Amino acid sequence: MEDMALVRKHELPGAPADIDERVDAILNRYSGERRWLINILFDIQAEFRYLPRDALEYVARRMAIPQVDIYGIATFYKAFSLTPRGKHIITACLGTACHVRGSIGVLEELQRGLNVKPGGTTEDGSFTLETVNCLGCCAQGPMVVVDQEYHGQMTPAKVRTLLEDERKK
Amino acid sequence: MQVRRGIEEVIPTVNMRINDLDVMAEEGQTILEVCKFYGFDIPTLCWDEGLSPYGGCRLCVVEIGEGKNTKLVSSCTYPAQEGLIVRTRSKRVDHARKMVIELLLARCHTSKVLQDLASQYDVEQVRFPLKNDDCILCGLCVRICKEQMMAEAIGFVDRGKDMKITTPFNDKTDTCRRCGACMYICPACQARCQGPDVKDPICNGCLSMSPTCLDFYDDAQCFMSESACGTCVRERKKEEVSKKEV
Amino acid sequence: MIQMKFKTSKELEAHRSAVLKAQDPKRKWISFCVGTGCIASGAEKVAAAMKLELKKNGPKGVQFKETGCPGFCERGPLMVIHPEGIFYQNVKPEHVHDIVSRTLKKGEIIKELLYIDPSSGKQVTNEKDVPFYSKQKRLILGNNPLVDPTNIDDYMAVGGYTALGKVLSEMKPEQVIEEVKKAGLRGRGGAGFPTGVKWETTRNAKGAVKYIVCNADEGDPGAFMNRSVLEGNPHSVLEGMIIGAFAIGANEGFVYCRNEYPLAVKNVTLAVQQLRDVGLLGKNILGSGFNFDMSVVRGAGAFVCGEETALMASIEGKKGVPKQRPPFPSQEGIWGKPTNINNVETWANVPFIINMGAEAYARIGNKTSKGTKIFALVGKIKNTGLVEVPMGTTLKEIIYEIGGGIPNGKKLKAVQCGGPSGGCIAAANIDVPVDYEGLKQYGAIMGSGGMVVMDEDTCMVDVAKYFLKFLLEESCGKCTTCREGIERMLEIVTRMSEGKACLDDIALLEELANVVKDTTMCGLGNTAPNPVLTTLRFFRDEYIAHAKDKKCPAKVCKALISFNIDEKKCTGCGACAKRCPQSAISGENKRPHKIDQKKCIKCGVCESTCKFGAVSRR
Repeated sequence: MEDMALVRKHELPGAPADIDERVDAILNRYSGERRWLINILFDIQAEFRYLPRDALEYVARRMAIPQVDIYGIATFYKAFSLTPRGKHIITACLGTACHVRGSIGVLEELQRGLNVKPGGTTEDGSFTLETVNCLGCCAQGPMVVVDQEYHGQMTPAKVRTLLEDERKK
Repeated sequence: MQVRRGIEEVIPTVNMRINDLDVMAEEGQTILEVCKFYGFDIPTLCWDEGLSPYGGCRLCVVEIGEGKNTKLVSSCTYPAQEGLIVRTRSKRVDHARKMVIELLLARCHTSKVLQDLASQYDVEQVRFPLKNDDCILCGLCVRICKEQMMAEAIGFVDRGKDMKITTPFNDKTDTCRRCGACMYICPACQARCQGPDVKDPICNGCLSMSPTCLDFYDDAQCFMSESACGTCVRERKKEEVSKKEV
Repeated sequence: MIQMKFKTSKELEAHRSAVLKAQDPKRKWISFCVGTGCIASGAEKVAAAMKLELKKNGPKGVQFKETGCPGFCERGPLMVIHPEGIFYQNVKPEHVHDIVSRTLKKGEIIKELLYIDPSSGKQVTNEKDVPFYSKQKRLILGNNPLVDPTNIDDYMAVGGYTALGKVLSEMKPEQVIEEVKKAGLRGRGGAGFPTGVKWETTRNAKGAVKYIVCNADEGDPGAFMNRSVLEGNPHSVLEGMIIGAFAIGANEGFVYCRNEYPLAVKNVTLAVQQLRDVGLLGKNILGSGFNFDMSVVRGAGAFVCGEETALMASIEGKKGVPKQRPPFPSQEGIWGKPTNINNVETWANVPFIINMGAEAYARIGNKTSKGTKIFALVGKIKNTGLVEVPMGTTLKEIIYEIGGGIPNGKKLKAVQCGGPSGGCIAAANIDVPVDYEGLKQYGAIMGSGGMVVMDEDTCMVDVAKYFLKFLLEESCGKCTTCREGIERMLEIVTRMSEGKACLDDIALLEELANVVKDTTMCGLGNTAPNPVLTTLRFFRDEYIAHAKDKKCPAKVCKALISFNIDEKKCTGCGACAKRCPQSAISGENKRPHKIDQKKCIKCGVCESTCKFGAVSRR
């Protein structure tokens, strides 16, 4: 185990030194079976706000799953992020109902206001802009969610107000 | 009905009808394996005899069923079943194969394997902007690395149109032993006669798939000059060949 | 709350009687929706305010129940005051004080909170008189507003687990399968396969280990039927699953719920734990000798995992890449074992079939499609929300009589049914009955129940572009025809929306769409061309307008339109100019403003800012 720690070559900005211990704590909540892999990745993401490379490599070693397999799963499922996300997640819904009510204009305004593309994080690390393909709040569309707060009936104009309010906080 | 193989092994069989011929197949075989046994030719790209089937390229599609209930399925993955009716070539099958070839050419036109398939299936135009990718995502390299070389150093990453084949984190890796099996089996890696710098997405279509220039010259001309000999050129029926590059 | 495990169905019934006895039918209680949709409208703040107000000034003994989604999302937050059934809509925190002091204490109706029926113009006081509800047949959704999803007693009070008790004490597995077959239940996930037959095939498959799965990966954008049922009344689904597991002979089950529904995941996980606590999950359920338990598995952001084989791969901890069928899941599923997968709504129908009997159930609906179906009616419609009607109800009835028609005086153009796998039904054809067979003649499917209503301001080429973009992102990438084909179709449609296409492109699009449909392996890819093919079939003139004339008749495609200020309507307030990100609007105070077309990026901020309707599209 100690050899593995010495062989670590990749240090992402902010990857903590105790990463192995924290990942161990998560792995110990489950049996070593493959079926828990996605749960484990969710827990790691909740712990670090993203999936650090070191964590993924560690999981691969401990669960005896090939590295490329874990990396494939982490990139296949869009709920996972391999880059650190911002303190606040702004999610724009692009579902059909929101679309016919003009969600594209809302998204474009968010992109302009935050100066990021969907999936990206602002330079100061405060906001990550994401899109989702339906939240199930179709009556209140177009929808924008900031962390757990839902904002309905958004328009490009309301987006400008929302961003101003969020920045003030 | 059963077939005895060796002293102890007894394999159940199923009866099928392929191209109007009644055949017997072993349970557990795929339509492709049965067809190969009986000598029915089916083109493949992502299939290899020594590897598990993938069913991704869609070139090996055949038509099953009859009357109103027919559909196209990939013969490399569809299991042989009792009473299955199969046609390995039909208007529908050929139309599908042509489009598959056209889509793959639009993605990666520098592969001789794809160009030969285009000649075989009369694909004479590529109506989509060229992507100039060097991979057709057939996955043969992934499977040979895992199943024959026991390394699993490369794999599919991401999904949909962003999907690619690479190492974990796109980084150098010691899991890869540099054996070269992936390059060996890759269909896209086989360069076209004219070399890798061709602009034309469809080559000049030598119908017999062997160079006709040797009838007139001592050396094969494609390698010597920029297709200046013209012995393999045939009349193009359609005017447009390609759109601007992406 | 229940403290002990039920060891027999008698104990279960005894507890139910106790719960009902403690509930005086004449008691005052409030039903308040806290489904995700109403939360988006601010329901949490209202609930907090109400709880505080009841504590401070409320009459004693009034129960405030936070319930599941009743489906009338357009009017949320929704509150019903029992026993009278007074229906209040658009409730805000500032109304709470009056509701308590006037309605609860004095029985006074607050007129401003009543629903006004748009067709009659009259105010409606009672929940049962609201036309949106009364025209539906709310077999499944009807229980949502009566049940607090975190309280199993509420479910028992409306008859929950009666069916399970009956099945485990009086019926054999084969009898249960026969009942479900006789009832004619067909899968509600979209394919419509006869459920009883699927159960029977799984039961008869080789092997002692079998699994059942609830597919709650509702990924169709614009569909939220499953979300409401799973969030609002998770026990109704779980009861169906335990009955199904018994009939099939499965001892382990999974609920696969998409990650984007955190409240549904939370509530169903809680419900599963409650069932373990009372002995309805675990060993020897109700003394029948039947062992069964289940776990909740989260999706991870992949629409393709709604496809059965991809879903099973995901449960196994692998990538959600679909596999060739046959073998079908009923024969070889999770870890190679026979697996029965059904949709949330399918499972929720099972207890009703057992309780009312197959014959009574089969009388609802029509010859080919039995029972009710929940639809998500969204888009350009007055009453957005969930609608539950008998199978065979016409699209026209759903849109006009229940949906209230199209808002803002616009004309109906099309209804997109069945999500990305479905197609658009043109306005001229809405007399079609909605069931498993009726929509097929128009190249569409009922699917899982999504209905997106589109009016004259919707561009059908844009709709096709939207679905292709969605499907391209969600494609697993295996099949050439799906991965490359959808991308190339999207390229063509995008060029059309930018005025860069020609007539030949329409023929190429159609040819490509047909090959993708014919040749791709899984349900995502081989139905991906449906939105394109149905819009080409019924709205070809729009495609021609884009390709040949470079015009967008609905004025949606940005490259083909311009934003303009009507001088006669413009008051010169300058609000639009202040908000324009390109500073493209100029004008003096109180004089008509003008948009510099060279600078305009057509973002639409001016249009949504203007209070005078002076900004329009050409």
